[in-house]
Amino acid sequence: MPPEPVCFAAAFAPGLLDPDCRVPQVVTGPNGKAAGKRYDVYRNNVTVSLIDALAAIYPAVQRITGTDFFRAMARFHVRSSPPTSPLLFEYGRGFPDFIAQYEHAQTMPWLADVARIERAWLDAYHARDATPLDPAQLGAVAPERLADLVLIPHPAAQIVRSDYSAVTIFAANRESAPVDRIDASTPEDALITRPGFDVIVRHLPAGGAVFATCLTQGRTLGEAAALALEASADFDIAVNIAGLVEAGAFTSIDFGDA
Amino acid sequence: MTATTGPVRPTPLRFPLPIGGVAGTSFKHEHLGAILEAGRQRGFFEVHAENYMGAGGPPHRALEAIRRYHPLSLHGVCMSIGGPQPLDKAHLARFRGLVARYQPALVSEHLAWSTHATSFFNDLLPLPYTAATLRHVCDHIDQMQEAIRRPILLENPSTYLAFAESTISETDFIRSVAERTGCSLLLDVNNVFVSATNHGFSALDYLADFPLSRVGEIHLAGHDAQSDDDGEPLLIDSHDGPVADAVWKLYEIVIERCGPVPTLIEWDSKIPDWPVLQAEAAAAQAILDRCGITVPAEDRHAA
Amino acid sequence: MSAKNTVTTLVLAGAVSTALATLAVAGPLTKAEADAAMAAKKEKCFGVALKGQNDCAAGPGTTCQGTSTADFQGNAWKFVQGGTCTSIELPNGKKGSLKPV
Repeated sequence: MPPEPVCFAAAFAPGLLDPDCRVPQVVTGPNGKAAGKRYDVYRNNVTVSLIDALAAIYPAVQRITGTDFFRAMARFHVRSSPPTSPLLFEYGRGFPDFIAQYEHAQTMPWLADVARIERAWLDAYHARDATPLDPAQLGAVAPERLADLVLIPHPAAQIVRSDYSAVTIFAANRESAPVDRIDASTPEDALITRPGFDVIVRHLPAGGAVFATCLTQGRTLGEAAALALEASADFDIAVNIAGLVEAGAFTSIDFGDA
Repeated sequence: MTATTGPVRPTPLRFPLPIGGVAGTSFKHEHLGAILEAGRQRGFFEVHAENYMGAGGPPHRALEAIRRYHPLSLHGVCMSIGGPQPLDKAHLARFRGLVARYQPALVSEHLAWSTHATSFFNDLLPLPYTAATLRHVCDHIDQMQEAIRRPILLENPSTYLAFAESTISETDFIRSVAERTGCSLLLDVNNVFVSATNHGFSALDYLADFPLSRVGEIHLAGHDAQSDDDGEPLLIDSHDGPVADAVWKLYEIVIERCGPVPTLIEWDSKIPDWPVLQAEAAAAQAILDRCGITVPAEDRHAA
Repeated sequence: MSAKNTVTTLVLAGAVSTALATLAVAGPLTKAEADAAMAAKKEKCFGVALKGQNDCAAGPGTTCQGTSTADFQGNAWKFVQGGTCTSIELPNGKKGSLKPV
């Protein structure tokens, strides 16, 4: 084994995200000149590019809070939780939970759920390509076997539940049109799918989130329907099956261990 | 089994061979429509490899569409070749998969680092040039070339500061890396100009010392001018505007010396409309056509 | 979680057949059904530009964004302008202000 190199990186890295760290002693300007502003270029590149990454991943959150608030909030998160993957589109998974805890966002209790929908949107965008279930496959199942049917979820399909009107707030703020008054108090659950190449965000009806979650977790159609009916008396099995299939939430059907 | 819609390949991928003295541009998704509308054209496109390391979705569809008619350059921005820690095995595997899938004409990475311990800093950070870092960089390039099963082009960095411990000049360092690993070089002429200004050396001297015979691709980009602690100019490698006049001049000199080399216009932020980017590439193409034809290929390799 | 009740084969078969009929006739759910139920608005796809991209451009140079330690606390009032949060209301009339509670 060759000897360990002098760890210039260990000296250089800590100040990149910690403004209280001094300029590392190992660096210099030309002819021994001060390197303060020169090191700051790297601090800026790192900090600003990571804030920009969060702004690109969470555009609705930024529009809701305004840019200044967003960047201040994002900077706290970037400094406390820098990326661990070199793939930037994977960054910011902890940001919704951070928002939920962030002192100055407490008056926007729906903000973290809007962020969760945005994160799910990006995961759906990059998810593996798969052809959605052909409804004819479902039609070919004998009635007595339907209760034991298992639906295989599409790689892009996700569900985000909210106690607030997160879907409405998300939809209004992913566009540039003016935002009319929104009542934030209606609980809304989101279904995020990508049946082709476009990510689609839908609002699930009563009981729909329980039904869809059970199905994507591998429960049978019979179990999922029963649990959804327990969760909401208004649950409509036909509408939810049609909606999930049409949204491309599944790829195929299976009968468990049968 | 799930039926997947794999990559659509109506025609076999082409351009595995050297692409010659052609000017290309960064590929940005906002330009996809304009590019596809124009159809088959001279040129090539370069993408940042990491943005196509997701499992599926629109990024791959766009890249497949571009790749169908144009040679592709895969430019890695975060392998962290210049760092002291071992390369990320998962990232190497992803890179290898991408090379196998798209069969790019060019594959490149940076003489820089971006990951330390578990943190990814999303910037091309500088390294000291010493015997120890030379060994590590060579090991990392060997490892990458083995993983993707082909040689890479290594890009010279733009830097804002130096390390007191450096004992080797950047050009000597890069020459040694190329000799030991067999890699080719991506000469970023804007980086030469930026670093020369920032460190107070002559860009022409740097180019005179640079192993031009190993250059397999050139980058040109715009930079931004600021100032250091003493109020002296500090150039920032911002990739957000047209190529500077001085950089065009250096580029002409390089092409006169090393003949036609694939040349990329890099433009990564404040991205202009497609015709603006196309015009920059046309300007590079004009220089390639004017200055690059007199040098036969044998002379380049004899150097 | 396990279901206390079961959904009969008859109910399930009826629901699936209704669902398939809906899909066959209307393709996507009709607008009225959609609004009332599941597919709600088939939201637009919210843009296809890449989000969270790696690139190799340098950022803002020597500005102070990477070195600033200015704490957000105490400055909250400065940030009230600019967001859409003031249009988003909770039932007690509380708007999503950005002021500390």
